[in-house]
Amino acid sequence: MSNNNSQSIHLKKEILARIIEAFLSDNYEENTRLIPYDMRPKGAEVPYRCCIYKERAILKERVKAGLGFSLEEDDETKLLSDYAKEALEREKPDEHPLTVLDAACAGCVPSRIYVTDLCQGCVARPCQSACKFGAIEMVNGKSKIDGSKCKSCKMCMNACPYNAIVKLAVPCEDACPVGAIQKDSNGITRIDYEQCISCGKCVAACPFGAVNEKSQIIDILKHMKDDKKEVIAMFAPSIVGQLPGTIYQLKTAMEKAGFDRVYEVAQGADITTINEAKEFEERMEEGAPFMTTSCCAGYNQFIKKHLPELKEFESTTETPLYYTAELVKEKYPEAITVFISPCVAKRKESMDNPNVDYVMTYEELGALFIAKRIEIAECEESKFEVESSKQGRNFGNTTGVAEAVKSVAKNPEEVKPYIISGLTKDTVKELKKFTKDKSCPGCNLIEVMCCEGGCIGGNATINIPRVARKQLKTLLDESEDLKRND
Amino acid sequence: MAKVNVKICMGTTCFVMGSSQLQDLVDIVKNKYGEAVEVSGSTCLNHCTNSSEYSKAPYVTVDDTVIQEATIDKVLQEIDRKLKENE
Ligand code: FES
Repeated sequence: MSNNNSQSIHLKKEILARIIEAFLSDNYEENTRLIPYDMRPKGAEVPYRCCIYKERAILKERVKAGLGFSLEEDDETKLLSDYAKEALEREKPDEHPLTVLDAACAGCVPSRIYVTDLCQGCVARPCQSACKFGAIEMVNGKSKIDGSKCKSCKMCMNACPYNAIVKLAVPCEDACPVGAIQKDSNGITRIDYEQCISCGKCVAACPFGAVNEKSQIIDILKHMKDDKKEVIAMFAPSIVGQLPGTIYQLKTAMEKAGFDRVYEVAQGADITTINEAKEFEERMEEGAPFMTTSCCAGYNQFIKKHLPELKEFESTTETPLYYTAELVKEKYPEAITVFISPCVAKRKESMDNPNVDYVMTYEELGALFIAKRIEIAECEESKFEVESSKQGRNFGNTTGVAEAVKSVAKNPEEVKPYIISGLTKDTVKELKKFTKDKSCPGCNLIEVMCCEGGCIGGNATINIPRVARKQLKTLLDESEDLKRND
Repeated sequence: MAKVNVKICMGTTCFVMGSSQLQDLVDIVKNKYGEAVEVSGSTCLNHCTNSSEYSKAPYVTVDDTVIQEATIDKVLQEIDRKLKENE
């Protein structure tokens, strides 16, 4: 995806591939323990940190997250091999999908207000007298801010005649649409899980790669290996363009990689579209001012935690994943279902849905192909049991859901979409206004997607949305229109 | 003058590790060098077979030079070098 931490994303994918390789080897636990040493062997160059030991220590933490563990409660004495073993033994993945790596996070200055080298160490010290909290001390003749006392009021900034004091950005805080992530006075970032909507924007924003997802890859591999139950993959529509080859080749590749069956979640999107169109018509007949879509997991959590008043305007239609998983579990009640997703928030949705057992991101799927040496573009094409429609396949693209609903509405010209492409501090304000006014001027169907550009811009995507969209277009041109039969 | 030949690896490993984001090179190179340089996507170039190697993906070749952890900038630099050499 297009963001500012491509180095740490590269590292993340490498680590995932190595964990998978370790799992597939004949000495999983020991080989997992060795990952940091294999990646930074004795004498290797140290690309990011001060020394090889620190670098390995941080890699160890990243492996832990890759094994699915929380990094907050940390036991330094515990070996990665112990974690590897524990990952195999757990029944359920950890509840909250995100975890912060403190050692990487410390790269960002703790205090938001910072005295630069421009400080002249003047005699008057207007900054010191401006600070009501006694946070400014003189060190070597220059001002220095004590992060534990600073309240970021900016009084010193305004007082300094040299403009030597600046406010520093903390990218994760700036990216979070709901203020759920914050550096505390010790400079350590914490996620407030009560507030967090799992949108994953902090993951993409942090230039140090400090916010990690707890992967469920080991849990999934375990089920593939023990072969007791079928493991069925359901991939989100936004996967198109995220990997080489066509989705039909991808299906074959996934079967080679260990899935017993592969479904398109676009199939469930077709059900969502029809239901949502019917619901829209009913609501409009009853005089509702507008309806919002309901398929984005981050947005659903946003309503629940931050804007419950909007709930009455939100469609009650279930998500594409919901319908797909229901279909699959009806047919194969014993199977283990895995949702293949670009999104952190869907991890949360899946935990609340008994029909979805695990979530695997596109990055994790990519790592699985790397570890298993599967060339997707060389695989045969294989068809799906049910071909999804053009509209369903476009669900992960901004405007795709609203267009789908419109395309099957009885009177398409009466559907007037308003598109929110990315939940940000600004669009949150907009939504609050619509809710308060009980009106969305000139529009009656609000499509909300938490990620900019739609799921195609999700935090665990591999390709740039613009390029992925080209590939999507090719598929849409070959796909049939959705038909409504009532 | 011989053309400079650029191959962007679009094999699974390279694609996942970042060559998906190098596809813009095709247009960039065409605009910058016109006919002098030829860019194409390629199937796996076989530089990725073991773990110490896949960690260095994506791979791009410029004539016979292999670029590891390729970025758009690295590739353009190498093209410039090659063009100079060929002069
Ligand atoms: S996928 Fe690029 S070298 Fe193999």
